[in-house]
Amino acid sequence: MEISYYPGCTLKVDARNFEESAIDSFRELGVVLVELARWNCCGTVFSFTTDNVMYHLAPVRNLLRVREAGKEQVLTLCSMCFNTLKRAAELFNKDAEKRDKILNIMKDKEPLAYDGKTRVIHGIELIRDEIGFDVLKKKTGENLKGLRLAPYYGCMLLRPDGVGIDNPENPRAFQDLINAMGADAVSFPFQSECCGAYQTVEHPEAVVERARIIINSARKAGADALVVSCPLCAYNLDQGQMDVKSIDSSFETFPVLYFTECLYASLGLGFREEWKALHYAPLEGVLARIRRETTSKLIGAAPNKE
Amino acid sequence: MKGTPPRKIGVFVCHCGKNIAGVVDVNRVVEDISRLESVAFAMDYKYMCSQPGQAMIQEKIREKGLEGVIVAACTPNLHEATFRKAASKAGLNPYCVEMANIREQCAWAHQNDPEKATRKAVEIIRTMIQKTAEDKPLYEGSIPVLKRAMVIGGGVAGIQASLDIADAGYEVILVEREPSIGGHMAQLSETFPTLDCAQCVLTPKMVAAGTHPNIKILAWSEAREVSGYVGNFTVTIERKASGVDWTKCTGCGMCMEKCPIKIPAEFDRGLGVRKAIYSPFPQAVPNKPVIDREHCLHYAKGKCGICQKVCEVGAIDFDQAPEIIKEEVGAIIVATGFDIYPKENIGEYGAGKIPDVIDSLAFERLLSASGPTSGEIRRPSDGKIPETIVFVQCSGSRDPEKHKPYCSRICCMYTAKQALLYKHAVHKGRPYIFYIDIRSGGKNYEEFVARAQEEGVIYIRGKVSRIYQSGDKVTVVGVDTLLAKPAQIDADMVVLAMAMVPKEGSDDLRKVLKITADKNGFWTEAHPKMDPVGTTTRGIYLAGCGQAPRDVPDTVAQASGAAGKVISLFSRETLSLDPMIVSVDEELCAGCGLCVSVCPYEARILDEKKKVAIVNEALCKGCGACMAACPNSACIHKNFSKKQVLKMVDALS
Repeated sequence: MEISYYPGCTLKVDARNFEESAIDSFRELGVVLVELARWNCCGTVFSFTTDNVMYHLAPVRNLLRVREAGKEQVLTLCSMCFNTLKRAAELFNKDAEKRDKILNIMKDKEPLAYDGKTRVIHGIELIRDEIGFDVLKKKTGENLKGLRLAPYYGCMLLRPDGVGIDNPENPRAFQDLINAMGADAVSFPFQSECCGAYQTVEHPEAVVERARIIINSARKAGADALVVSCPLCAYNLDQGQMDVKSIDSSFETFPVLYFTECLYASLGLGFREEWKALHYAPLEGVLARIRRETTSKLIGAAPNKE
Repeated sequence: MKGTPPRKIGVFVCHCGKNIAGVVDVNRVVEDISRLESVAFAMDYKYMCSQPGQAMIQEKIREKGLEGVIVAACTPNLHEATFRKAASKAGLNPYCVEMANIREQCAWAHQNDPEKATRKAVEIIRTMIQKTAEDKPLYEGSIPVLKRAMVIGGGVAGIQASLDIADAGYEVILVEREPSIGGHMAQLSETFPTLDCAQCVLTPKMVAAGTHPNIKILAWSEAREVSGYVGNFTVTIERKASGVDWTKCTGCGMCMEKCPIKIPAEFDRGLGVRKAIYSPFPQAVPNKPVIDREHCLHYAKGKCGICQKVCEVGAIDFDQAPEIIKEEVGAIIVATGFDIYPKENIGEYGAGKIPDVIDSLAFERLLSASGPTSGEIRRPSDGKIPETIVFVQCSGSRDPEKHKPYCSRICCMYTAKQALLYKHAVHKGRPYIFYIDIRSGGKNYEEFVARAQEEGVIYIRGKVSRIYQSGDKVTVVGVDTLLAKPAQIDADMVVLAMAMVPKEGSDDLRKVLKITADKNGFWTEAHPKMDPVGTTTRGIYLAGCGQAPRDVPDTVAQASGAAGKVISLFSRETLSLDPMIVSVDEELCAGCGLCVSVCPYEARILDEKKKVAIVNEALCKGCGACMAACPNSACIHKNFSKKQVLKMVDALS
């Protein structure tokens, strides 16, 4: 199965580990991610400005690219891209006035008009709804056995209700994913607490406090690592630990992983050496507990790019 | 106009103060209407519904010999009956009096365009002239009344209503789904604002109902089918199999003592235990046990039978079958009550998974002297006496996006009471209450909330966003909107003031009774203000929280109100029937039966021999559905015939 894939900017730079682990893991699961031929910034934040539709042009252009590729579905990995693209798609279909304005602005530059048919899905949804947790479970074996992983949803994956991938107040999907990967999901009270997002630019002190609370809560719940699905969450909660240490000398670093890195490891593919440099909190303790047994029969040889 | 009706019609235009006259030029209306041929007389007056106004109408009927009257005023829902009664005193058949609605449908709707409103008022009256010209004098029919009532639901509402009717000398059948009457009030500890013990005031009423010669209690029973009409209902009741022959049982309780099976007691909201053979609480009325077949070893494995061995009178009857009873009654009071919205539905409050987060009804059981902890406040997880309790008001209420849009009305008061009782029991305890607003409308209610605040209950205005377990504490995160700061409290226990919802099974009962409920499932009253205990079905009345959330005094008042309606109904030997219904022209009727299928009131049957449809005049509401459905125009609404409707339309064109 092939699926249109929208990477977003960070996955090409600071979160290369997120993308690389995803592409290989999904291939292992029989899904080939086909990157859109031309894509641009997702828009980053869904705009609430009521009188200016310019902010929606970037996401809608991306949705159009999917249709140009002859597809109706596009996969995102970054929660932020997922949220912005999906909400723009919804706005386009629900608000006729804004739709007409957007189409009007786009018509000079784009030979094809966007028809509103693109569906935006997140990587976790792909596994849950199309591959199936039960299928994944069969392929993962015991590579992550005994590892206690705390899912961190953040906000963009869950809110607003109806756009998010699960019930925002009592979500299950991420826990189910972790269990299907053969690890033990550890629920903790701050799993959908905001990481501080872009406050990291203007009010870094607010983000430091968030990071401290979230990490300590996951640690207290008995987790070995925090699992995220968004590069911004990763930045605030992993790189952010550097600042937490500066305000709280007793703070100990805590591993933060992308869900796709865990998926990669769970499928017996291990962990690539070059990804380590993209993490702040040391991973040795966690990585030492990962086994490496390929149960896959889908591809002849397990890729070994270390 | 061609074909103008010959009848002498009088038109009375009401100013309704400024409601109509402030927009519509009433003088011009009278002037224009007076010119019409069929109008024998027209006038205007400031308040037609006032005594002088009615007297004027009566005077003109006599003086001018009017054969029809049109009052151009408000909606017929308000004053049609007033004017019909007035006219009949002057000798005019009341059904020859019509309302032309120039207030709601004209003056109010077109306040900014007096000119067009005035012209529209004239048009509205002109169409009514066409109808009135064809109105026939109608006479009310009569039906006998069976002076026996049924009350469905044995909570405080049902008990009060039953006692009032029984005391007036009429027989009452009180149907209760649970093994005992008493309802939710029996679960409560003390009641606001007086702090008197709920059981102390309720149990005498339960006993009075249980021993009243005019009251027959059918506990462990449910109404399954209702047919008939006001004064003449037949109700089919299922007496569920209790496994105990109640005629033999002495209520000694030996069976309950010896039964080896222990399960969480519903009556204690799962905080206490009961046996597989049980009666919900010691003061139960009737004081007879039932067997929970799901958990009883005899039904599950064919073993045990201890209760049978210890029963000295041989009352245990494992093979007992449900019994079907038919009762004939003249009126029904629906007092089905409420349930608590499940805390499992609120994910951010722990989705029911945190043991020390309980609902307010469970906390009542902890406060109750007869509860699972004998009135000591101990938290469920480890039995520790909580030093800090957070109460969360509006849990599930006032949340149109995710839960219930309405205010459950009693939570502000019982939360204040619970916090105060906690403070009385645990002097050093810290009770916090998160609230949106404090709604303390009621006699001595505001003073009660003030008392709670004075005695150390801490009120925090704001919503709670999340509740989670942290160690052996329960952390409550919210906002204090008065300080504009986040609020976080590490509590030992949290009490959620959950929304009230209609009793489970109300929707099935709605279909049985053919009455209506609103979008939240609460029973719809006949009129929100002027008939809050009636339903759209004559002879069926409402009492208690099944209609809307309310506290004990309001419930008791409404129950007495509903009982008063029943007693007034029973004070007459016969009932008059509204003649504004449909008749069938047997010559035109082909007996196709379409009207039988469209009639929402089951007022139609097909006479198989004559092959014509027959109207049950006691059930017909005159809705006109059959008129629209009948392919032969054989259904004729008295005083709303097709001819009249067409003439009204013609008058507009």
